[in-house]
Amino acid sequence: MANYSTNEFKAGLKVMLDGDPCSIVENELVKPGKGQAFNRVKLRNLMTGRVGEKTFKSGDSLEGADVMDLEMEYLYTDGDMWHFMKTDGSFEQYAVEKKALGDTVKWLKEQVPYIITLWDDKAISVTPPNFIELEVVETDPGLKGDTAQGGSKPATLSSGAVVRVPLFINQGEVLKIDTRSGDYVSRA
Amino acid sequence: MAIDWQPSASFETLRERARLMAKVRAFFAQRDVLEVETPVLGQGGSTDVHLVSLHTLARTDKGQRRLWLQTSPEFHMKRLLAAGSGPIFQLARSFRDGEIGARHNIEFTMLEWYRPQFTLDQLIDETATLIMSLLPSFPGPPVHYRYRELFHTYVEVDPFTTSLVRLRAIAAERAQMPAQSLADEGRDTCLDLLMSVVIEPQLGQQELSVVVDYPASQAALARRHQDADGEWVASRFEVYLNGIELANGYDELTDAAEQRTRFAEDNAERRRLGLPEVDVDEQLLAALEHGMPEGAGVALGIDRLIQLALGKARLEDVLTFSTPNC
Repeated sequence: MANYSTNEFKAGLKVMLDGDPCSIVENELVKPGKGQAFNRVKLRNLMTGRVGEKTFKSGDSLEGADVMDLEMEYLYTDGDMWHFMKTDGSFEQYAVEKKALGDTVKWLKEQVPYIITLWDDKAISVTPPNFIELEVVETDPGLKGDTAQGGSKPATLSSGAVVRVPLFINQGEVLKIDTRSGDYVSRA
Repeated sequence: MAIDWQPSASFETLRERARLMAKVRAFFAQRDVLEVETPVLGQGGSTDVHLVSLHTLARTDKGQRRLWLQTSPEFHMKRLLAAGSGPIFQLARSFRDGEIGARHNIEFTMLEWYRPQFTLDQLIDETATLIMSLLPSFPGPPVHYRYRELFHTYVEVDPFTTSLVRLRAIAAERAQMPAQSLADEGRDTCLDLLMSVVIEPQLGQQELSVVVDYPASQAALARRHQDADGEWVASRFEVYLNGIELANGYDELTDAAEQRTRFAEDNAERRRLGLPEVDVDEQLLAALEHGMPEGAGVALGIDRLIQLALGKARLEDVLTFSTPNC
């Protein structure tokens, strides 16, 4: 991969830092009027998801990381690996480890497209769509007439996630969920 | 891909910018400070090791010559002072290669002014008065800090006496840098780093912060003097607002021999670092030999001040066309 110098660091550029692929979040030139220039750089570690700040001397460079985001549909799991297929018509499949899947494991639904981040052609993270529709497989019986306000109760969804839902929701209903917050949005 | 041809700033901002520029001119007119316009191009450039000058080739009366785009109007303005101009100010286009960011643009406007016979304290007062007259609300009276005191407060080290080895370790740690990346660096780089990353963001948050008594090694074109603790310090100040450096002022060096030595030291350091040398401004040195009146001068990044006065996030928000869009 090419090397990138600090003045080429732009949001979204993928670089290698301490052996891990990282995505640049922000790059700011720091320069006293009479002194050496530095770059304060915010980077997201793509293996851990953590964002950290680092300082570089202006003109220093980092090796680019061969990282790309591809859209793939979830197919199935064999218990060890989770299998996805590219949506570009190539039918090419990728097997994803549990570690790379992370929290997305609770938002999996067949035929839904996910963003798979590949590093050197290996899946390192899976991002679900912001909203997903899932069926309630288990919850306390719904309270009739209570459609306005009131409390909430836990409901287990077909993907295994447990979310808080309004009291009027019944088993078997399909709900729209915000995967970023894990919050119930509406009936689908 | 569509070509981005639109201005960086909104027209509302440009009207506000024009209004603030008019206020600057009125401020100096009222104080009998003459507005001047000096050349963007010069036969000499800034030797400052940390500034990268742009230069160009021009066909002149002496044949093809390399001319330097000025990093500030300082040298030309000092030649005016030596020739007897009296107090002068300028809104000058200045150029510093490679400087692009939320607070930087390669081409920018410097408000620079010189006050013969002023002490540094008088110029600090005038600078603070000007800045406050351009802000929409009064930020509280300026507070003076000594460079050493800021390091004691925020870094818990003494900038003058701490060993270089320890300074490198502390600077690398506080700036989240690998320790080895500062292994070849001197004291000033470590101090600059701590100043930029740790201290500056804390300055000017409640009031206008004025920093004085910089290390003598950071004097640039300022005189040096011994402070209350007996340390040699630069007769220089900087003004900060909202963690942003706005102005840099000097009790001006008027000694031609000393100035020549500092230019030579800069170029020696440039050779050591493998940086291109810069043609020394012989005309400035000749002017100093003739004699420049004692006094103080200050350079203020007017684009930054406009940015803060209008509450804008980035410098480009107050420029018609920022460098990436020029």
